[in-house]
Amino acid sequence: MFFQKEIETMPRADLEKLQLERLKESVKRASNVPVYKKKFEEAGITPDDIKSLDDLKKFPFTYKADFRDNYPFGMYAVPMKDIVRVHASSGTTGKPTVVGYTKNDIDMWSDLVARVAVAAGVTNEDVVHVAFGYGLFTGAFGLHYANEKIGATVVPMSSGNTEKQLMLLQDFGATVLVATPTYALYLSEVAKEKGIVDKLKLKIGLFGAEGCSAGMREQIERNFGIIATDNYGMSELIGPGVSGECKFRCGLHIAEDHFIAEIIDPATGEVLPAGEEGELVITSLTKEALPVIRYRTGDITSLNYDVCECGRTHVRMAKVRGRSDDMLIIKGVNVFPSQIEGVLMNINHISPHYMLEVRRENFSDSLTVIVELIDEKLLERFQELDALRNEIRAKLRTVLGIDAKIKLVSPNTVERFQGKAKRVIDLRDKD
Amino acid sequence: MTIYQISVFIENKQGRLTEIVKTLSTNGIDIRALSVADTTDFGILRIIVNDPEAAIKVLKAEGVTVSKTQVIGVSFDDKTGALTNVLELLSNAGISVEYAYAFITHSKNNASVILRVEQVEEAIKVLTDAGVSLIDTIE
Ligand SMILES: [Zn+2]
Repeated sequence: MFFQKEIETMPRADLEKLQLERLKESVKRASNVPVYKKKFEEAGITPDDIKSLDDLKKFPFTYKADFRDNYPFGMYAVPMKDIVRVHASSGTTGKPTVVGYTKNDIDMWSDLVARVAVAAGVTNEDVVHVAFGYGLFTGAFGLHYANEKIGATVVPMSSGNTEKQLMLLQDFGATVLVATPTYALYLSEVAKEKGIVDKLKLKIGLFGAEGCSAGMREQIERNFGIIATDNYGMSELIGPGVSGECKFRCGLHIAEDHFIAEIIDPATGEVLPAGEEGELVITSLTKEALPVIRYRTGDITSLNYDVCECGRTHVRMAKVRGRSDDMLIIKGVNVFPSQIEGVLMNINHISPHYMLEVRRENFSDSLTVIVELIDEKLLERFQELDALRNEIRAKLRTVLGIDAKIKLVSPNTVERFQGKAKRVIDLRDKD
Repeated sequence: MTIYQISVFIENKQGRLTEIVKTLSTNGIDIRALSVADTTDFGILRIIVNDPEAAIKVLKAEGVTVSKTQVIGVSFDDKTGALTNVLELLSNAGISVEYAYAFITHSKNNASVILRVEQVEEAIKVLTDAGVSLIDTIE
């Protein structure tokens, strides 16, 4: 099912022609913003230098820090009278990242999210229960307006109050649930406990705002008896709707009539060939209030330009595998602490706290995973400790594709973190 | 007949063994027998002390991973074949010894050994029936 079939299935040649036209306009709009003007001047480049899509890579990157440095409205390319909405994402420290929308931006955004919702199967017959928190956060409003546009019945429930959520899901006969995967999982577990799953009419889940592992999604789907699709976005780019899965769930289609996606090597900034994994960089093509030129998302993924089984021609990005800030390159292999954490969480006898040490020994990288042994019963037999270590090593090898050393330490010896955890010690530069 | 052995997890960190021994001695706990099994990465220290409960308490307070196991202390004449005899008694009864280590005694004519077996009760019976003397308390 399509919301804007003609655009979503546009032949690539036509799509690229449209992109080039729009890219020129977008860069022109951006050059009205002092921060972009300065960046372009420093790079010795002007909007007129864009002759082909390939010329985009001559432009400098935009970073989250640019938003912070120009807080709150310094990134806007239009006067305040044209801004009809402000959203913001909470930063982990300090000021939030503020974004703005013109009337056209809101309209375009709704189209994008509507595409994702329709691709998942939402129609005007559906009752859409939005359990995202309403507020500065883009998620709730993005899904709200899009589903209204489709003609569905929107229930702006917001987050919290699980009892009431379940009551209204039941009473209003919601068929679509919009929530973070974590909350959806929790709701599904409570519904199961209360034995009311049969009374619910849910059939579709639209999850977002945070990463969702395949295992977690399967569990929510099983609990609720629904089909869930994943979508991707961030407020700096527009909010949810930048990309979303179709029912084949083989990657997230990026709305290429409004965005150009590139994959770069996060270390060198070089553009990588299609199919290779690296950091996603997004350029907006039609945004008025806040054009973004080569925005570093920090998300690691890869692009697939093959036409999808669903008929969509828009490029598919793989599920985000991690954040580039956290990525380690060990023996030429990309390793994410989140992958290691995933393995350790499922092993008994050890605590969930760990540290990673990367060294260079004899011209070769080595990874040491430090974990706390918390089960004293393993001390009875030396073989059991050895077996534990081998188990961890084997499971890590399966997931990471490289061999790690496992160091068992006493409980409470691995550092505990209050804020963002710093679990990686990279000693390669110092050795 | 019951002797408790304490197993202590030691990271392969220089001085860790010393630290543990010191912690025990400053708390007035005597080590009567000791054995270390280790690899390059970590080790397990096994000790017999005069007061196991107190030892566990002070070590746990230091954040050390410790466990308590029942073992058998065998005492025999310090002469050739005595230990072989004990081991044969057990193996004939189908009891295998997982590990063994020497135990310090004050007697000149006696040798003592700590044995770790899976079937403790059964082993005690086999040995006492055969007239082997077992150590029942640690002072
Ligand atoms: Zn598709």
